[in-house]
Amino acid sequence: MLTYVIKRVLQSALVLLIVGLVAFSMFRFVGDPIDNLLGQERTDADIARLRVELGLDQPFPVQYYKFLEGAVQGDFGVSYRQGRPVGEILLERAPATLELAAVSGFLAISIGIGLGVFTAIRKDGFLANAIMSISLIGVSLPTFLIGILLIYVFAVELGWLPSFGRGDVVQFGWWSTGLLTASGLKAIVLPAITLGLYQMTLIMRLVRSEMLEVLRQDYVRFARARGLKARTVNFRHALKNTLVPVITVTGLQLGSIIAFAIITETVFQWPGVGLLFINAIQFVDIPVMAAYLMLISVMFVAINLIVDLLYFAIDPRLRTDGKGAH
Amino acid sequence: MSDTLLDIEGLSVHFPTRRKLFVAVNKANLAVEPGEIHGLVGESGAGKSTIGAAVMGLLDRPGHIAEGTVRFKGEAISGRDAEGMRALRGAKISMIFQDPLTSLNPLLTVGQQLEETIQFHLKLSDADSKARAIELLDRVGIPNPSERINQYPHQFSGGMRQRVVIALALCSEPDVIIADEPTTALDVSIQAQILDLIKELARERQTGVILITHDMGVIADTTDKVTVMYQGEVVESGSTEQVLGAPQHEYTKSLIAAVPRPTLKVHRFPQLSYGGRQITFEIEDLARNWKRPEPTKSGTLLKVEGLTKTFLQSGSIIPSRRKYFTAVDQVSFDIREGEVFGIVGESGSGKSTVARMIATLYQTNGGKIFFDDREVTSLKTAKDLESYRRQIQMIFQDPFSSLNPRMRVDEIIAEPVRHHKLLEGDAIQHRVDELLERVGLGSEAGRKYPHEFSGGQRQRISIARALATQPRFLICDEPTSALDVSIQAQILNILKDLQEHLGLTMLFISHDLPVVRQMCDRVGVMRQGQMVEVDDTETLFANPQQAYTQELLSLMPRLEGLSTEGLEGEIV
Repeated sequence: MLTYVIKRVLQSALVLLIVGLVAFSMFRFVGDPIDNLLGQERTDADIARLRVELGLDQPFPVQYYKFLEGAVQGDFGVSYRQGRPVGEILLERAPATLELAAVSGFLAISIGIGLGVFTAIRKDGFLANAIMSISLIGVSLPTFLIGILLIYVFAVELGWLPSFGRGDVVQFGWWSTGLLTASGLKAIVLPAITLGLYQMTLIMRLVRSEMLEVLRQDYVRFARARGLKARTVNFRHALKNTLVPVITVTGLQLGSIIAFAIITETVFQWPGVGLLFINAIQFVDIPVMAAYLMLISVMFVAINLIVDLLYFAIDPRLRTDGKGAH
Repeated sequence: MSDTLLDIEGLSVHFPTRRKLFVAVNKANLAVEPGEIHGLVGESGAGKSTIGAAVMGLLDRPGHIAEGTVRFKGEAISGRDAEGMRALRGAKISMIFQDPLTSLNPLLTVGQQLEETIQFHLKLSDADSKARAIELLDRVGIPNPSERINQYPHQFSGGMRQRVVIALALCSEPDVIIADEPTTALDVSIQAQILDLIKELARERQTGVILITHDMGVIADTTDKVTVMYQGEVVESGSTEQVLGAPQHEYTKSLIAAVPRPTLKVHRFPQLSYGGRQITFEIEDLARNWKRPEPTKSGTLLKVEGLTKTFLQSGSIIPSRRKYFTAVDQVSFDIREGEVFGIVGESGSGKSTVARMIATLYQTNGGKIFFDDREVTSLKTAKDLESYRRQIQMIFQDPFSSLNPRMRVDEIIAEPVRHHKLLEGDAIQHRVDELLERVGLGSEAGRKYPHEFSGGQRQRISIARALATQPRFLICDEPTSALDVSIQAQILNILKDLQEHLGLTMLFISHDLPVVRQMCDRVGVMRQGQMVEVDDTETLFANPQQAYTQELLSLMPRLEGLSTEGLEGEIV
C-alpha cells in the first residue's frame, strides 16, 4: 500500500514536470514577450536591458530550471498587463473559483447519486423515466446556453437572483468567501447550477447503470433472501458496490468543473481564475496563462491521487497485496 | 400431515412476455417435513430454481404466481404482499445460493454481514450479536472464528465462503432452508463436507431443506425424498430410494440412465429418448474422408518430461524479492497413439495449465514436450510450430465464452482451415457444411450466430471447429462440466466415436471421476501441481496406490442405488 502511494506520488510529480515544460514553452513560442512589454518607442538598449532583467538571455534549460524553482515557491513571475506578481493575483481570484466548483460539485454529487439510485430502484416507474428523459437535456445542452437560459428566467423575468458577479464577500485572511452573506449565496446559485448540471446528469446516469448491474448480483439477492429491509439492501449493500467506477468518473469530472469554469465564469462575470484566464488570453499575458495551466494540472493530479487512495478505502480486496486465499 | 413445514400445492409460475406466456412452473406439488432433506432435481430450464424463488417471494419480474398455494406451517403465504413476504424471508425460510464467490458482499467483512442479519432478526445488542456470529461460524466449521470474523470474503476459500453463506442463512434460526445448487461450484472433497454439514443441521435442528440440484450423486447421497421436474412439471416424486432405484416415469428413467456410473463401465451412453431429443452423429461418413497420418514409430504420440510452469505472484524491481507460484511442478507422462488419457484433480491442481502448455498457449518454465517423436519445446521456426498446432486442437469447458459471439458459425469453423491454409475457395465451405452435418446440426446452422444455440449444441460447434483441421490430437478441458447430464451423455458419445473411428488421441481433463472412468484408457491424478499417480484406469480405480488417490475415490458418489435399466456394460 505504501509503495503504491509513493509510486503514485512520483508519477504525479512526473506529470507536473511535463505540464511545467509545456507551460514554460509558451513563454518562448507564443510570441516575444518583450514586444508586448515595451511600447512602440523602444531602443535596442531597452530591449537588451529588459532581456537580461527577465533572464531571457540565458539558455533554455537554465530558464526552465528557474521557472520551476519559482513555480514551486509560488512565484510565477509578474503579469505583463497588471504589473503585479501572478501568484498574488491567483491567490486573490482562486477562492471565487474554488467556492463555485465546490458548491456545484456538491450539488452534482448529492443530487446525481440520489437521482441515480432512485431511477435504478424504480426502474420502470413513471417519475424515473421522466427524470431519465429530462437528464438527456442536461447532457446535450451546452453550458453557456443553460447559463443564458437560467439568467433569462430567474434574473431577467422573475428577478429572483442576480445575473452576474459574486455579491458581498467576507474576508478571512487571504481567503474571501461569498457563502456567508445573503447576496453572496444568492449570487452563487445560478452559476453553480450551470456548472454542475452536466456532471450531475452524467453521475446520475452512471450511478443508475452501475446500480442496475449490482442489483442483479447474487449478494444482493442473498441479502434480500435474508429478509433485510429494502433500504439496507439498496444503500448498504448495493450503493457501496457501485461507488468504485462512480468515483473514478466523478474525480475526473471535479477536475473538469474547475477547468471548465471558464465558460460559466464568463457568462456570469464571476471574478474567478477562469475569467482571469480569458482576459489573459486577450492580452497575451503569458505568465498568467502559464500559472493557470500549472494550477489546473496540480488540481487534476491531486484529485486523481485522492481517487486512487479512495479505492483502497472502499475496496478491501485491493488492500491485501494478493495475500488472501485465491 | 399437520406438522408439514412447507406445503406447495398446484403451484404455477408464469412469465408473460410480449409474444407469449412462458409457463416456468406448471401445477407443481411438493411438501417438506421437519428434518427432511427434499431433493428437487431436473435439467436446466426445468423450473426447479423458479420454485425456490417463488417460495421466497423473490421471482424476477414479470414472473408471478399464477395459481396454487404455498403454505408454511399450515398458513398460506403465497398471497402475501411484498412486505409480508419480506418478514418471512430469512426469519422462517432461508436460502443458500449456488456460487459462494458471488453471494457475499465483497466490501463488507463477514462479521458485518452476519451481525447485520442477526441484529435485524433477533434484535440483539452489538456485543451479543457478535458473540452469536462467532458461535455460528464455529458451528459451520470455520477455524478461529473470532479472528476470521473481521476478514473480508475474498480472504476465504470457496468452501469456507459457502460455510459463511450457510452461517448467514442460519442467522435467524429458520425452519426451512432452500439450497439452490449449494455445491455445484465446489470441489468434490469440499462438496462432501458441505453436504455433511447440511445433513447434520437438518437432523439436529429439525430444519426442513429443499435441495435443488442437477447432480444425481448429490441426490443419492443426501436426500430423503426427491421430486423430479421436466419442463416446468413435476414428473415423479417419492422417497429417494424408490425414485432412483425403480423410476416409474419415462423421463426419470432416461435421466438416470444418462448418469455416468463409477462402478459400471458402459460402451456407449444410452441417448435420452424422452421428448424426442435424439441426435445423430454420422461418424462413418466423416471417417471416409479423414486423412490419417502415418502412425508414430514408438507408439507414443505425446510425451511430457519434467514440465514446469511458474506464475509471478507479487512483482518487485529486485529479482530476489519476487514471489513465484509453481502451478505445475515437474510433471511427466506419455500418451500412446489412439488412447484417451485422463487427468483428474481438484481446482488449482494445475491440470488445465498442463493442457495449455501442450497447446503452446503458455510458455513452459522447464521440461520438454515431444509430439510424434519430435521435441515441440525446441521448435524454432513459425512453420514447424504452425504444423504442430494444426495437429492438436482444443475443446474448452465453457461453450458460452469459447465461441466468438460476433462471428457466424460457419466463419468460426472455417477460421482454423483458413488460418492454416488447408483448403481454398468453395472447398472451405464444403468442409464446414460437411462437419456441421456430421455433428448433427445441419449445414443451415452455419448461417446462424452462437447465441442461437443451446449449451450442448455449442459444444458440438466447438467439436466441429476442432475437427476442421483434421487433427491427430484433441485436448478436452472439462468438455462437459457446464452441461446437463443428458447433453453430457451425447457429447461423451461423440468423443468416444471420434477416438474409435478416426483414431484420434485425446487428453481428457475432468474433475468428475465417474466420467473419467467411462472415457479414459489411462489416468493421471494431479495435486497441487504434481502428478501423484499414473496408471491404467481400471487398475487405478480398483487399486489406488497413493493416499490422495484413495481419498479422492472414497469421496466419489457410489450411486449404487440407481436403476441400471437400459444400460449395457460390465459392472466392475
